Amino acid sequence: MRVESYGTLAEAARAMGPDAVFMAGGTLVMRDVNAGTAASRIVRSADPALREIRASGDGFSLGAGVTMAQILAHRDLAFLAPVARAVGGPQVRNMATIGGNIFAHHPYGDFAVALLALGSRVVQAGQGGARSLDDVLRERGRSGGSSAIIAAIEAPRPRDPRAFGFLKVSRIKPKGVSVMSLAAHLPLEGGRIRGARVAFGAMGPAPLRSAAVERVLEGQRLDATTIARAAQLAGDGLDPPTDALASAWYRREVAGAHLKRLLEKMERG
Amino acid sequence: MAKKPVTFTLNGSDRAAFAEEGLNLLEFLRRGIGDLSPKYGCGQGACGACTVIIDGETHLACLTMADAVHGRKVETASGLANGKVHPLQEAFMEYFAAQCGYCTPGMLMSAKVLLDRNPSPTRADVIEAISGNLCRCTGYEPIIDAILATANMRARA
Repeated sequence: MRVESYGTLAEAARAMGPDAVFMAGGTLVMRDVNAGTAASRIVRSADPALREIRASGDGFSLGAGVTMAQILAHRDLAFLAPVARAVGGPQVRNMATIGGNIFAHHPYGDFAVALLALGSRVVQAGQGGARSLDDVLRERGRSGGSSAIIAAIEAPRPRDPRAFGFLKVSRIKPKGVSVMSLAAHLPLEGGRIRGARVAFGAMGPAPLRSAAVERVLEGQRLDATTIARAAQLAGDGLDPPTDALASAWYRREVAGAHLKRLLEKMERG
Repeated sequence: MAKKPVTFTLNGSDRAAFAEEGLNLLEFLRRGIGDLSPKYGCGQGACGACTVIIDGETHLACLTMADAVHGRKVETASGLANGKVHPLQEAFMEYFAAQCGYCTPGMLMSAKVLLDRNPSPTRADVIEAISGNLCRCTGYEPIIDAILATANMRARA
């Protein structure tokens, strides 16, 4: 195994290849290093852009190396604090990064669920433009990884923080891993939901959106009837795994109950 | 495997040693430096037995590459006692907060950062602060009591 360090992300991106893995906070890659199962080349970068948080009125940009602790400490990102706090214990939050979370395999990756619900876009190092996180996660779900390096994640800021909700379901509190995690962004226009995005974690090979639930919510008022209809469809299109925490059957059965709890919490505001 | 020089501060003393490429900080501290206070538990970041403080923040030494501490300040449980035992260590003894003792160095590091930042934590704050440290003897209550007692004792002093 060889460890390569680069001053800039562009250099690191050029050094990537099928035999390499990019390491940021280390909480995922170092496990493989310790187990002797890591890729033959570990690529790192000390590029300060990786740790940058830029928040503006209608959006924010997070360098992929921004840690959960940085999110918690940033007053303009208070609406994301409950999500960051749901990741690991304090030590993990001091190390684990936003970019890493996008590649975290089941049962990890709760932050990516929130980013997916927000409609985030992913800026890859050495490539122009940005891709939707939906595409990046779908690709990851199929292939298991990527040889591209994520430079930053850009997302719109909910105009009303109450339009964003997050729920992590775990058996141990605090710091239990996910039975599932749920995030919803339900912007209201004239009291009706416009542009509903609902995402689930630990319910498929990577975080994924529920098209059925989004369809039911779109254009409706967030009331008891709408919530009941959304809850009924919560399991549709999801492909939950069976693990030591819960069976696929159990996850599908309780998805509706947890979605109902999240939406009711959002309805109360 | 290539070796890299790593210069850092350990518990207030300047240290320098060579670290093999890819070596984790836990192995580096234990074998390279001879500080046996951080413990090897899971090697996966799940147990917190290897918790050390880097520049004032708790980190998992088993998931940190040794060369990442180059030029930085590292604190471990072996540096807590300075002539006499640290108030946290005193309270851990008084409250029987160590059974097998394996999680204790990591618990102490998490508790130290908590009290450095928040001198009067609530019970919930303490539970959150040690949530990344597993005690397989399940002796959490005395550990929580000991940390709260340290805060109370400092507040009275």
